[in-house]
Amino acid sequence: MEVELRGITKRFGPVVANQDVNLTIRPGEVLGLLGENGAGKSTLMNVLCGLYRPDAGEILIDGAPVSFSGPGDAIAAGIGMVHQHFMLVPVFTVAENVVLGVEPTGRFDHLDLETARRKVREIGEAYGLTADPDALVEGLPVGVQQRVEIIKVLFRSANVLILDEPTAVLTPQEVSDFFEIVTSLRDSGKAIVFITHKLNEILDISDRISVLRGGRIIGEGDPRQMTKAQLAEMMVGRPVRFDVEKTSFAPGEALLEVDGLTVLRDNGELAVDNVSLSVRSGEVVGLAGVQGNGQSALIEAITGLSRPAQGRIRFLGEDITAASVRSRHRMGMAHIPEDRQHVGLIPGFTVAENMVLDSYYDDRFSRGPQVRWTNVQEWSAGAILDFDIRTPSVFAEAGHLSGGNQQKLIVARELARDTKFVVAAQPTRGLDVGSIEYIHARLMAARAEGDGVLLMSSELDEILALADRILVMFKGRIVAEFHTSEAPPEKSEIGLAMAGVAA
Amino acid sequence: MTLAVDRPDPAAPVVDKAEKRRAQITGGVLVALAAFIVLVFGDASGDATFRLSRARDVWVIGDLVVPALPVIYVAAALTAFLGALLFLRGGGRWTTLSLGAGLALAVIAFLLWATAGNAFSLTGMLQATVVRAMPIALGALAAVFCERVAVVNIAIEGMLLAGAFTGALMGSLIGGWGGLLSAVVVGGIFGFILAALVVTYRMDQIIAGVVINLFVLGLTSYVSSQVFAEMRHLNNAPVFRAVKLPLLGDIPVIGPMLFHQNIFVYGALVMVAVSTYYLFHTRSGLRARAVGEHPRAADTLGIDVYWTRYLHVTLGGMIAGFGGAWFTLGSVGRFDENMTGGRGFIALAAMIFGRWHPVGALLAALVFGFSDSLQQKLALLQTPIPSEFLAMAPYVATIIVVAGLIGRARAPAADGKPYIKD
Repeated sequence: MEVELRGITKRFGPVVANQDVNLTIRPGEVLGLLGENGAGKSTLMNVLCGLYRPDAGEILIDGAPVSFSGPGDAIAAGIGMVHQHFMLVPVFTVAENVVLGVEPTGRFDHLDLETARRKVREIGEAYGLTADPDALVEGLPVGVQQRVEIIKVLFRSANVLILDEPTAVLTPQEVSDFFEIVTSLRDSGKAIVFITHKLNEILDISDRISVLRGGRIIGEGDPRQMTKAQLAEMMVGRPVRFDVEKTSFAPGEALLEVDGLTVLRDNGELAVDNVSLSVRSGEVVGLAGVQGNGQSALIEAITGLSRPAQGRIRFLGEDITAASVRSRHRMGMAHIPEDRQHVGLIPGFTVAENMVLDSYYDDRFSRGPQVRWTNVQEWSAGAILDFDIRTPSVFAEAGHLSGGNQQKLIVARELARDTKFVVAAQPTRGLDVGSIEYIHARLMAARAEGDGVLLMSSELDEILALADRILVMFKGRIVAEFHTSEAPPEKSEIGLAMAGVAA
Repeated sequence: MTLAVDRPDPAAPVVDKAEKRRAQITGGVLVALAAFIVLVFGDASGDATFRLSRARDVWVIGDLVVPALPVIYVAAALTAFLGALLFLRGGGRWTTLSLGAGLALAVIAFLLWATAGNAFSLTGMLQATVVRAMPIALGALAAVFCERVAVVNIAIEGMLLAGAFTGALMGSLIGGWGGLLSAVVVGGIFGFILAALVVTYRMDQIIAGVVINLFVLGLTSYVSSQVFAEMRHLNNAPVFRAVKLPLLGDIPVIGPMLFHQNIFVYGALVMVAVSTYYLFHTRSGLRARAVGEHPRAADTLGIDVYWTRYLHVTLGGMIAGFGGAWFTLGSVGRFDENMTGGRGFIALAAMIFGRWHPVGALLAALVFGFSDSLQQKLALLQTPIPSEFLAMAPYVATIIVVAGLIGRARAPAADGKPYIKD
């Protein structure tokens, strides 16, 4: 089944998400769709899978124009999408999730789960996608959940599979398993669209590449004849540097010492299990691991957002285990939180208001109970220039900025003062290449000034590029440590540690 | 280049700590409860006689005669034992189970104390338990339907009241069956209104529910005091009498409880069974639950989230309307101001206690029905407890159950959140 998108344009109010896009998807081929966040990849694919209706243009299947009024139509036409955020019901079993929406039934609308289980096993055997049909989805590892998503699409006899950023949540080992599955699907004649912003992956797996920028197709090509640099330039619109400029490694005394720290989740489960670590001045410590292995809980405890159940945290020689968030902040700890939308800023506040969330009480910004708004605005305007935040004014709502500019706003607030220690959690997740470069440079500048940096990231490339020392967390423990200054560790070694395979 | 970091011995079991503390607190509470039983109920004397059947029953079985004081001491000892066990080595699911058992023992001790030297129809009380549990069970079932598709229905109270009012009015005008049908229709209309407010207009679900409750309360109170007071024939509906099922109704104890009841009891039992089958064994039920757990996933699979919510909230309203008719058509045949008296809110507690499951909701409703009928029967036994305190029993039971017994019950993940299609 060949699918052609012809002249697709999609607008959201004044914003043009896709402009006159032409794309052909052929059976037995992996089409890599490359583009930055906000380039319009997801919008385009949501048009293709029936969630959005295009404002102009048409979709042709085997040469005949079709129109989808909802996802149901696209599914019926054989187009299936595996969403970046899984569309699985956590409390349902694998079989229930697979059949949801196209359930086999007997008399009286009775759910025929026996048939469902059999189908799950059959599809699993045909494509090497093993999953226990009776397992509850919430108990499965992310890699298996992704397999369930693919089984779900295949169960609907899809011939075109759209995979939206499928590797974002996987460990390196899971990625290579996943690529095998994609290859076997392609070889069985399915058409596959692989959406990503990761250059290595798209070169590895695609048979053909289309690059999207600003909602338009900017270029197409054969991965065998293209280089990473070319693709990056197409994607960003200017040459991109891949290496991060780093000054030589000269660590000073220990700034942060964590000793035997244990943190519980709200439900009483163990999140961080007896972890000890230290971060020295002028050192970047990378915290690697698959999401949900305790990194976030560790960072919450260090920054004072949660109370550890056991253990000690010392900062600048003082015991801060029970210290308030504000006192840690005033001691020179900066925190770039993982969730910028919910923790990092208040989307309904203006840029200026967000800029002083941590310092509004300071004499510079308030006199008694009264806020000195003029000072706040002047200072914010300065920070906007210093940190290259693209905003119409200091009065714009922070929620209306792009992801990259929101993140720069947070970085500006946290780093535009005398800091000694920076905690950066997923500082570049979902950002465009330009913003990533900028934030990396800022973190490196902090390191050069003698700050300690604790960098948590699920992007192994980012950690490898920035960190002087890498700690890998698995099930709440630090299971491995690597020193990048001596000899750069192999990615696969770190990947194994992330998967819990003892080194 | 990997340094395997030294692992100390397996981390201290911090996880168990919180659980252990909870078990110890519960254990302490149980020991205190045992002391309470001995101190307060320890002055019982004589035998307590529980009558199990009536003279005209087909099979008459003898009375249950229990020496009050010894059994009270046994109950206290058992409670103390459970408490001590929990305190020393408790944890996990035993905590909640032991607390439940301890409370049950306390209730038994209380009953013995109140009945000591007296006679009391146990079967009659159990029969009343079932009857009084029905509006709560039906309200809870209605709430299950709404919350399974992620609409919090705090308007159950108003829907019950609307059903009661409609039952009385239409029952007086066109007879019992017509009144019942009208109550169901009116309940469905309020369900539909709630769905429209929260699904289409994305109004806050709690506020929408409160608005419906206040509206129904105001309207029915007004009509009842202004119109019914003048025209009594409008508030004089026939009552559905209890129907005894042949054979089954003659079984001792169980017979009168389950098979000698009116249409509301039979209807509720059938609805609970059908709802369980519907929610957990049919295609539509699976889709409904998917809408309550992960509406976006359901949407991407071609399930109409809005329509599903409208349908189930309306169905829930109809069930609540049926349950509301119990107050008039199944009981006294006459409407009084605010006659539901908060049963709709107790129904919400029953739904949570029953873990969003129809059968669980029914069982939870029976607990509340028991405390309700208990207070009624005890008022006849002339216990030294003032009747006002006895009347508090169902509400006290609600607080104890909600605060103490509900473990880690989990609501549908999207419960209370509007779904915004973009």
